[in-house]
Amino acid sequence: MGTAKLTFEDVALTVNVPQGTRIIEISEKVGSGITYGCREGECGTCITRVVEGMENLSEPSALETRVLKDNLAGRNDRLACQCQVLTGTVKVRPG
Amino acid sequence: MTRTGPIAPQAPHGPAEIAARVTWIGALDPDLRSFDIILKTANGTTYNSYLVRGSDGVAVIDTVKQEFTGAFLARLEQVARYDEITTLVLNHLEPDHTGAVPEFLARAPHVEICVSPRGVQVLRALLKDRFDDYKVRVVRTGDTVSLGDRTLRFLTTPYVHWPDTQCTYLEEQNLLFTCDLLGCHYCDGRLFNDAVGDFRFSFEYYFDHIMRPFKRYVGEALDLIEPLEIDMIAPGHGPVLRAHPRDYITHYRRLITKRLASETGDQKTLLVFYVSAYGATAQMAGAIYEGAAESDDVRVSLFDIEGGDVTPFIDLIEEADGLVFGTPTINGDAVRVVWDMLSSLVDIETKGKLGAAFGSYGWTGEAVAMVEARMQGLKMRVPEQGLRIKMHPTPAELEDCRDFGRRLAAHLAGRPMEREIDLSALLGS
Repeated sequence: MGTAKLTFEDVALTVNVPQGTRIIEISEKVGSGITYGCREGECGTCITRVVEGMENLSEPSALETRVLKDNLAGRNDRLACQCQVLTGTVKVRPG
Repeated sequence: MTRTGPIAPQAPHGPAEIAARVTWIGALDPDLRSFDIILKTANGTTYNSYLVRGSDGVAVIDTVKQEFTGAFLARLEQVARYDEITTLVLNHLEPDHTGAVPEFLARAPHVEICVSPRGVQVLRALLKDRFDDYKVRVVRTGDTVSLGDRTLRFLTTPYVHWPDTQCTYLEEQNLLFTCDLLGCHYCDGRLFNDAVGDFRFSFEYYFDHIMRPFKRYVGEALDLIEPLEIDMIAPGHGPVLRAHPRDYITHYRRLITKRLASETGDQKTLLVFYVSAYGATAQMAGAIYEGAAESDDVRVSLFDIEGGDVTPFIDLIEEADGLVFGTPTINGDAVRVVWDMLSSLVDIETKGKLGAAFGSYGWTGEAVAMVEARMQGLKMRVPEQGLRIKMHPTPAELEDCRDFGRRLAAHLAGRPMEREIDLSALLGS
C-alpha cells in the first residue's frame, strides 16, 4: 500500500500515512485542534478546512454531503471523521 | 432543584400585549432554582413566547418548556385561532423553547416552521418520524415572512449559544426577538424591564454562564443587530427590554471586549501555570518560562497556582493565546488545583488556544497526558508532546525545558519548526 502526506497546519506537523487513512485516526495523536463530537459523521463538530489537496481525499458520502450543507460548510471543508486521504499531499487545519 | 416558592408578583393570568398586535403568550416558572445544571436562579425564570398578528397572517415566535404547554396554549387561544396561525418561528430549539412544539403542531399542522439552517438538524431530532409531515422552511439572514402589514426578517446568529440560534426582527415595529441572546433568568410577571424588580445581576450572571464561552459569536451577532433601529427587545427569558433597549446591546458589546488587548498589542500571550510538591515541577516551570521569554513576540507570565484563586486566573486565561500547565503526578493523577482550573475553563472560549503540559514524577507520570487530553477536549491545539522528568531535573534536563519553552513560543509567534514523521513514530510515542 502506498503512502500519502497529511499535514496538520496548526501544529506544523506532517505525517506520512497509508493511503486510505482517515484524518480522525491521526489528528488527535498529533495534538491538532480539530475536535470531534459524534465521530460518526452526523454532528458536524469536526468540520475541517482543507488548505491543500482536496482532490486527494475520498469523495464525500451522501451523509457527509448533507451534514456539510446543514452546517453551512464552505467548499473547502470536509468532515475529519469521514474523509480518507487517498494519495499525494493533503494539508488541513481546524475549521 | 425546584421547590415551592412564592408566585411571581403580578403574574399575568392571560396573554399580555407588549406592543401593538404583539402579545406575550409565554409561561412563568418562579419555582425553578437550577437551570441546565450549570446556573442558579434565585427567583425562577420565564419562557417567553410571542404572537404577532398581521393583516394577512399570524406568527408564533418560540414556545415554552414542555411542562408549561398548557399555560402556553391557554394564553395563545385567547388571542388567536389555530387555523389563522400561518407561521411558527423557532429561533432556538433547546427544549425550554420547543417543549410545546409537538402539542402546538398537533393543533396547527398547516403552519410553516421557520428555522435556521442548523436548526433543521435539531428539528428533525425533535419531530422524529413526523418531520416530513410538516412544512419546514430554512431561513437565513435577510429572508422575510410577510404577515400582510407586518414583516418578520431573520438574522442568522449561530452559537449564541447553540449552533441553531437566530434572531427575528419585526420590521414595522423595530422589535427584535432574540431568544436566549440578551435574556436572563428572572421571573417577574410585570414583564417589562422598567416594571420588574432589579434584574441586573441576573442579566450579567446569565451572560457569564451562557454567552461568555461564545464571545466571538456574540460579537458577530451584535454586528448584525447594531445597525437595526431597535425600539424593543423581546428575549426568550426574563424581562422584555422596552426601556433603553440599546443600552443592553451596548452592554453586551462591552462584556465581549478584551480588556488586555491594548496592553499587549501584537504580542502573543503565554501563561505558564504550575504547582509543585518538592520544587521539581517549579524548576521545570522556571526553565520553560525562561526559554519562552527569549522570544520578543511573546509575553510570558509565570504563576504558582497555589498562590491564586481560580476566578481571576480564568479571566486571564480567556484573553491568553497559550497555556502551559505543570503538575506533578500524585496518586497516579494530576493534582486537584489543576483539575479545578481545567474544569472551570468551560466558562470561556478555549478553542484554538495553544496548550502544553509538563511535570515531574516519581513513579508513573500519568498526569501530563491527562492534562493534555483535557486540553484537547477543550478544543485547544497541543502541538508539543508534554515534557515529563523523573524526580528533580538535571542541568541538561532544564535545558530541555528551555527548548520546550522556545518551541512553544515559536508556535505562538507563527514560526514553528516544520516537522515530518512517519506514522510508525506516532504510534510508538
